[in-house]
Amino acid sequence: MIKYSKLNKKFGKLEVLKNLNLEIRKGSINAILGPNGSGKTTLIKCLLGMVIPDSGTIEINGKEVKGQWMYREEIDYMPQIANFPPNLKVKEIISMIKDIRNREARDLELIEYFGLQPFLNKQLSNLSGGTKQKVNIVLAFMFDNPLLILDEPTNGLDPVALLKLKELIAKEIKRGKTILFTTHIIRLVEELAEDIVFLLEGKTYYQGPVAGLLEKHEAKDLEHAIADIFSTHVKETAE
Amino acid sequence: MIKILKYSFFDLIRSRWSLIYFLFYLLLAFVLLFLNNDISKAIITMMNVIIILGPLIGIIFGIMYYYNSLEFTELLLAQPIKRSSIFLGQFFGLALSLSLSLVLGLGIPFVVYGLFQSGEIWNFISILWIGFILTFIFTGIAFYIALANQNRIKGFGMAILFWLFMAVIYDGIFLLLLVWFKEYPLDTFALLSSVLNPIDLSRVMILLKLDISALMGYTGAVFKNFFGSGVGMSASISILFLWAVVPILAIVRKAKRKDF
Repeated sequence: MIKYSKLNKKFGKLEVLKNLNLEIRKGSINAILGPNGSGKTTLIKCLLGMVIPDSGTIEINGKEVKGQWMYREEIDYMPQIANFPPNLKVKEIISMIKDIRNREARDLELIEYFGLQPFLNKQLSNLSGGTKQKVNIVLAFMFDNPLLILDEPTNGLDPVALLKLKELIAKEIKRGKTILFTTHIIRLVEELAEDIVFLLEGKTYYQGPVAGLLEKHEAKDLEHAIADIFSTHVKETAE
Repeated sequence: MIKILKYSFFDLIRSRWSLIYFLFYLLLAFVLLFLNNDISKAIITMMNVIIILGPLIGIIFGIMYYYNSLEFTELLLAQPIKRSSIFLGQFFGLALSLSLSLVLGLGIPFVVYGLFQSGEIWNFISILWIGFILTFIFTGIAFYIALANQNRIKGFGMAILFWLFMAVIYDGIFLLLLVWFKEYPLDTFALLSSVLNPIDLSRVMILLKLDISALMGYTGAVFKNFFGSGVGMSASISILFLWAVVPILAIVRKAKRKDF
């Protein structure tokens, strides 16, 4: 469904993506992992057209995305940090995004699901970080698109909201959506992901099922496997 | 673009700063009118305030608004809309909300005082018009500077310096040059340098409109000659428009290539 070919991106002197190749199957649930600065967010932002790659191509369903914008009709994206225009009300921000997409949305269902009704008439500047994040979730999930991209979705959520979000993602998985998410929380990966994309220094180090990574590193769980990658990688660069 | 503009505008007119800006003009105009009791003097003082304050507020609000809404802009960038629509929508939303503060803040006191019965209505409209265009010019430049600078402190500094240059330093250099080269015929130079700075150009245009160019001495006569002609007037209006349009084009160009 998504195909990255020979993607390169530099920010100044910093090479973030180095000749990256990656293919994401339709209907797969992918956790994008990697140390800080390995290019996770850049990978996602390139897909959404927010970062323009220096070279290489990205195709969605066989169509190149470069310079296009209509393809984003089919993508739901939840950014890492939720920050909204401070003087708009919650219901206004929701109708703004609906207005932009010009489509039916299941916003009411999600507002109820996350218990946001009491906040609908409040200005966004008066909301706590967690509530803002819930609004962020509603905005990302309400259009029911086949491709769902979540950047650190669990940021700032309380345990109850976190549980609800996991249930919501699990439902979306059952409905056959393609999901890409980044996280630092290993449990979330173990619970949700089918495949892991492990990025290291701007390249795909490993792509495949969780079990494969465990086998490759002879580790008993994902945490140990990742620790092993980190330590061998540090050794390699030190030499 | 219209959708983004609409919501940016709604967000901004509810902000405390728009209210403060509006109240400032309201208070200033009331004080000037009711203490002076002379509508044309009030208009001249208003002009002096607008041509300095309008650009300053445009620059500061432009920079702050861009940087503050950056995270939300990222969310918008992931929606199916063109990049240029997002930035132009935000820019026009801001410029229009500032212009609204200006029109209401100045308009209400002048109407209450009885602007429509005085012969000054056209002079009043011309300062409003100048206020608009200066707001658009400087907000646009602020947006461009913010787009070009990832570093907020640097962006803010550059924007303030730009304003300082146009509002103060430019005139200083201009005067120094006039003094240094006073032996030479300088009227073309004086004319040209005034026309190139939007703040100076606005000031000259209003002074001529108010018919007090005699205050400006010899240069006033030269200016009157130039601006009095159809060519001169249309040239200066075109230059002001150019000042407003060029930053907008630059914003679109910059936004196309930027990484977020």
